[in-house]
Amino acid sequence: MSDPWTPSARQVERDAYRRARARRSAVVSLVSTVVVGGALVVGTTGSPGWPRVQASFFDVGVGLDSLPKVAEGMWLNLRVWVAASLLMLVLGLLLAVLRTLQGPVFWPVRALATAYVDLFRGAPVIIVLFIVGFGIPGLRLQGVPTGAGVLGTVALTLTYSAYVAEVLRAGIESVHPSQRAAARSLGLSQGQTMRHVVLPQAVRRVVPPLLNDVVSLQKDAGLISVLGALDALRWAQIETSRTGSFTPYVVAALLFIVISIPLTRVTDAVARRYGYTAAGGRL
Amino acid sequence: MSPLLRVDGLRKTFGRGAARTVVLDDLDLDVDAHEVVVLIGASGSGKSTLLRCIDLLEDVDDGAVLLDGEDITDPRVDADAVRARMGIVFQSFNLFPHLTVLDNVTLAPRKAHGVAPDVARDRALGMLDRVGLRDRAAAHPDELSGGQQQRVAIARALVNDPVLMLFDEVTSALDPELVGEVLGMLRELKTEGMTMVVATHEMGFARQVADRVCFLDGGRVLEQGPPGQVLGDPVEDRTRRFLRRIIDAGRL
Repeated sequence: MSDPWTPSARQVERDAYRRARARRSAVVSLVSTVVVGGALVVGTTGSPGWPRVQASFFDVGVGLDSLPKVAEGMWLNLRVWVAASLLMLVLGLLLAVLRTLQGPVFWPVRALATAYVDLFRGAPVIIVLFIVGFGIPGLRLQGVPTGAGVLGTVALTLTYSAYVAEVLRAGIESVHPSQRAAARSLGLSQGQTMRHVVLPQAVRRVVPPLLNDVVSLQKDAGLISVLGALDALRWAQIETSRTGSFTPYVVAALLFIVISIPLTRVTDAVARRYGYTAAGGRL
Repeated sequence: MSPLLRVDGLRKTFGRGAARTVVLDDLDLDVDAHEVVVLIGASGSGKSTLLRCIDLLEDVDDGAVLLDGEDITDPRVDADAVRARMGIVFQSFNLFPHLTVLDNVTLAPRKAHGVAPDVARDRALGMLDRVGLRDRAAAHPDELSGGQQQRVAIARALVNDPVLMLFDEVTSALDPELVGEVLGMLRELKTEGMTMVVATHEMGFARQVADRVCFLDGGRVLEQGPPGQVLGDPVEDRTRRFLRRIIDAGRL
């Protein structure tokens, strides 16, 4: 489409003013970032105890030396994280649906699901890890896995599926009853209504908090080291006692952060994508 | 004397590149104090966009809106202060569902305009009395009918003592029997001398209340004049065709 419009002098002046404002705020933010960052660096490195702290936590030589072992342990954390993420989403979804079932027939199911959520959301994750990690092998049952990685995954799934169930339940309950009414009026069963109408809207609304739980789980995957699994934290501990420097722990922390950054960006992007459009209503 | 509201060469586009649509194209409109201007036109002719641009809810792409001779589209102007002098009522009410009717009306006076809570309360109750809903002050918007909700929305806009009121198809979401109570309020406002710009599809209302009717087409005011002339004997062919469609739909 041809558009013969050319900006008027007023609009040109307005745009120039807005650009000038944008430039000014860019300069202000740049200067303030440099000043604050510089003050932090100078204040830390200029402190009297800095050389000793640097040797204990930021020894580059020790860090590079310990990196292969810590990274090898990280591979276990990653697998635990991915497996537990998938399992917690499945189990959490199941719990959320069970908790929102309506009618007196389902009272026992609802009660069980509620009890599960209360139990595992309330219990500290480290205690769940101890009970699952040491209790299950202690039963000496045939065919039950005893590996620290597997049991750690089970324990994390138990705890996190309770969180995820609550997030999903909030999403399910936020879908307006009129949507259910519309679906049921078309002849969809309760299950079909949930599957094709309620859940797609519910999940869309709670994607940001769900991803928040996924990121949180990624960090807590490091806790499986208490079961003796040879993960990143365990290797950092071994390397620390070998070298006498805490730098391997810092290396492990950096690896955890590096993995979580892309995920956090995805969370932000998804939140932006859905945050406004899903709110409903029109101006 | 300069008009209370002057819209000067207003341009507004949505989208970018090939998907760009020009909604308002070099639109001019003057509204004098105490005048009631009714905007008519097909869906998508830019009535709502024009009102939203006047209330600074949209950034304009060119041109200017002048309120009392001051260019309010200038980026140096405090838009919040300008909006405080205008009231707008939306098609879908846009009441805050988590607040009671009273709190809906007192929110802006208390939080944005620094009115003492008891003064704001008294004023809000007075305003609710005017719209006939004083007894529903403690109710939540969900508990009211559409017409009642829209009257609350009008009270909410009026409580800030605006010099100009904008109405964006305020009866389109209402049942026919509720339209009258809202339009009655607008009539009453006119007798009090309020300056109003009203976008509507209610041609009967336009005929009775408007001082001037403006027909929007192609992003401009194609034809304007007294309601009897624009609605009864339009000059432009497109206005005639638009009115023909309205009559065929039984809405005149």
